[in-house]
Amino acid sequence: MKSHNSDQHEKTVTAAETVFAVKVDDLTVAYNYKPVLWDIDLEIPEGVLMAIVGPNGAGKSTLIKSILGILKPIAGSVSIYGKPYKEQRSLVAYVPQKGSVDWDFPTTALDVVMMGTYGSLGWIKRPKQREKKLALEALEKVGMLSFKGRQISQLSGGQQQRIFLARALVQDASIYFMDEPFQGVDASTEIAIINILKALRKAGKTVVVVHHDLQTVPEYFDWVTFLNVKKIATGPVKDIFNDDNLTKTYGINYKVSIQE
Amino acid sequence: MSSAQFEIQLIASIVAIACAIPGTFLVLRKMAMISDAISHSILPGIVVGFFITQDLNSPWLILLAAFTGVITVVLVENIQKTGLVKEDTAIGLVFPVLFSIGVILIAKNANDVHLDIDAVLLGELAFAPFDRIYMGGVDVGPKSLWVIGSILLITITLLILFFKELKLSTFDKGLSASLGFSPIVIHYGLMSVASVTTVGAFDAVGAILVVALMIAPAASAYLLTTDLKKMLLLSIGFGILSAISGYWMAYWLDASIAGSITTMLGILFLVVYLFAPSKGIIAVLYREKQQRTEVSLLTFLLHLKNHEEESERHVKHLNEHINWQKVRSRTVLDLALKNNMIAIDNKIVSLTPKGDEFTTQAIDYIITNEDAQIEDMKDDFFLFRG
Repeated sequence: MKSHNSDQHEKTVTAAETVFAVKVDDLTVAYNYKPVLWDIDLEIPEGVLMAIVGPNGAGKSTLIKSILGILKPIAGSVSIYGKPYKEQRSLVAYVPQKGSVDWDFPTTALDVVMMGTYGSLGWIKRPKQREKKLALEALEKVGMLSFKGRQISQLSGGQQQRIFLARALVQDASIYFMDEPFQGVDASTEIAIINILKALRKAGKTVVVVHHDLQTVPEYFDWVTFLNVKKIATGPVKDIFNDDNLTKTYGINYKVSIQE
Repeated sequence: MSSAQFEIQLIASIVAIACAIPGTFLVLRKMAMISDAISHSILPGIVVGFFITQDLNSPWLILLAAFTGVITVVLVENIQKTGLVKEDTAIGLVFPVLFSIGVILIAKNANDVHLDIDAVLLGELAFAPFDRIYMGGVDVGPKSLWVIGSILLITITLLILFFKELKLSTFDKGLSASLGFSPIVIHYGLMSVASVTTVGAFDAVGAILVVALMIAPAASAYLLTTDLKKMLLLSIGFGILSAISGYWMAYWLDASIAGSITTMLGILFLVVYLFAPSKGIIAVLYREKQQRTEVSLLTFLLHLKNHEEESERHVKHLNEHINWQKVRSRTVLDLALKNNMIAIDNKIVSLTPKGDEFTTQAIDYIITNEDAQIEDMKDDFFLFRG
C-alpha cells in the first residue's frame, strides 16, 4: 500500500471501482454547535496536486484537520485509500500552518525535521542515526542543510516554512496535506516550495494544499476544490476554475481572467 | 554540618529536581499558572486523604490529592471551553474555591487533625528529618526523602521513556495528533506527574514554594539555552543551587527555609534576566544600540552615494543637516572610517570602493524587500560593529 507508482495511477483512474486517495462522506464539523463544514462530500483522486480555495472562515483548515483526525466531526466519515485514517497514518504527512507553533521553542532546524520520523517510530522508541540521515536528506531537498543546527527562532519565515516542508518530506508519505504553505514566504521560497510539490506529484504522490492566492491556482495546481462551509465544486482546474465557481464561493462578482 | 542539615538540603534538592522536570514543560506550554492552581487545589484532597489514611505520607493520600489536581485542570479547561471566560479567569475561579474548601475542612476538624494553614503554605522542611522510617528497627532515613525520592524516580523514568512524545506535543500539537501521539493523553500524563510531584513536595516545602520551584528554574533556563535537553539540565541545576544556597541563607538569617529558597530563586532569575548572553535585558539593549548606530551608518552611506556635490559631503554639513546629534554623527563617522567605508579628505567625505560596494548591495536588498539579508552582509563587510 505504501508505494503507488504512476502506472498504478493510470489504472486506478480508468478502473471501474476507483479507490480514491482521500474520500470524505457527509462530513459535518461544528464549533459550539455552529457548523463550519456542512455535509461535505469530497473525492480526491490519487496523484493530483490540489488547491483548496475559499474565503476566510470557509473551513479550509478545518477540513484538513478533520481528515487527519485532529478535529472530531459531528457527522460523516473519512477514508484514506478506502480505510479509516487511523489505519493509514503512515501514508499521510501534514504541514500545519506556520503560525500554529511557537518558534521560540528551544530546538534546532534538524530536530524539527526529525519529528517527521516520530510517526514511523511509534511510542517510546527514540530516533537514531537512520532517522537523522533521513532528516538531513530532507533538509538538503529544501535547500536548508546549512541551517541544520540553527535555532528555529533564528530562521526567516520562508526558512521556517521550508523546515516544515522538510519535516513532511521525511515522512515519505503517499498523501501530503499542507495548510497555507505559501503564507508569508518570500518569492524564492515560494518557487522552491512549488517545485517540490510538483516533484511530489510527478512521483505519484497526492498533494492537498490550502491556498489563498487565486491568481496562481492555474499555474501551480491541476485540481481544485472550492469550499465555503459547503463544497461548491471540485475537479480539474482547467474545467472548473472559472468566474462562476469563484463567484459562488466568494459571494461577489469575480472577474479573474484565467485564460489568456 | 549535622546529618539533619545534610538531610534537609538533600530533601530540598530532590524536591527541586522533581519540580524542575514537569516545570520545564509547563513553562514551554505556557501553563505556568496551572501549577499554581494545582498546588492550591490539592489541599482538600490532602485533608480528605488524611481523614482516611491518618498518614501524611501514605501513597493513597498522595494519589487522592494528585487526583484533585487533575480535576482542577479538567474544571479549568471545561470552564474555558464554554468561551464565556478566558483561561486565566478560569484558573482564578477554580483554585481558590477548592483551596478554601480545604481550609474549612482543616478549621472544622482542627482538634483531631495534625495540619495547619502555615504548614500548608510554607511547608515544614526544618522538621522533615524528625519523621523517619524504620525498617526492622533500623533507621533508613526521613519519610519525606523516601516519598519525594520515589516520585522523582517515577518522573525521570517517564521523562526518559516519553521525551520524544513530550517534546513533539509541546512544540506541535497538530502534528502530534496526526501522527497518532494523542496530545490529550500526553497532556493529562504531564498534569498527573505535576500533581503527584506537587503533593509529594507539598509536605516538605508548602504550596507557594512548589510553584516557585516548578517555574523559576525553568524560566531562567529558558533564557539561557536553545536546546530542550540543556534547558532541562539547567532547570535541574538551578533548582539544586537555589535549594542549597537557600538553606544556608535561612541558616544564617535564622529565617524560614522555604522563604529563603524562594528568595534565592527570585534572585537567580533576576541575575539571568539581566545578564543572559543573548536573551538578557543588557544584551538586548546593547544590540538595540548597535542596531541604531548601524542604521544611521547606512543612512549616512546612502546619502554619500546619492550626492556627488562637495557641499553635501562636507563633515560640517553631515553634522548639522542630517538631524543627528553631534555625538551620534561622530560615532557614525568613526564607525565608517574604522570599517574603511569612507575617506575624509580636507573635511570632504567620500565613499571608498568598499563603502560603495556595501551601499550598492544594501540598496539592492532594500528595494527587493529583503532587508533581513543586510544582517548577513554586515558579517562580510564589518571589521567593527556599532
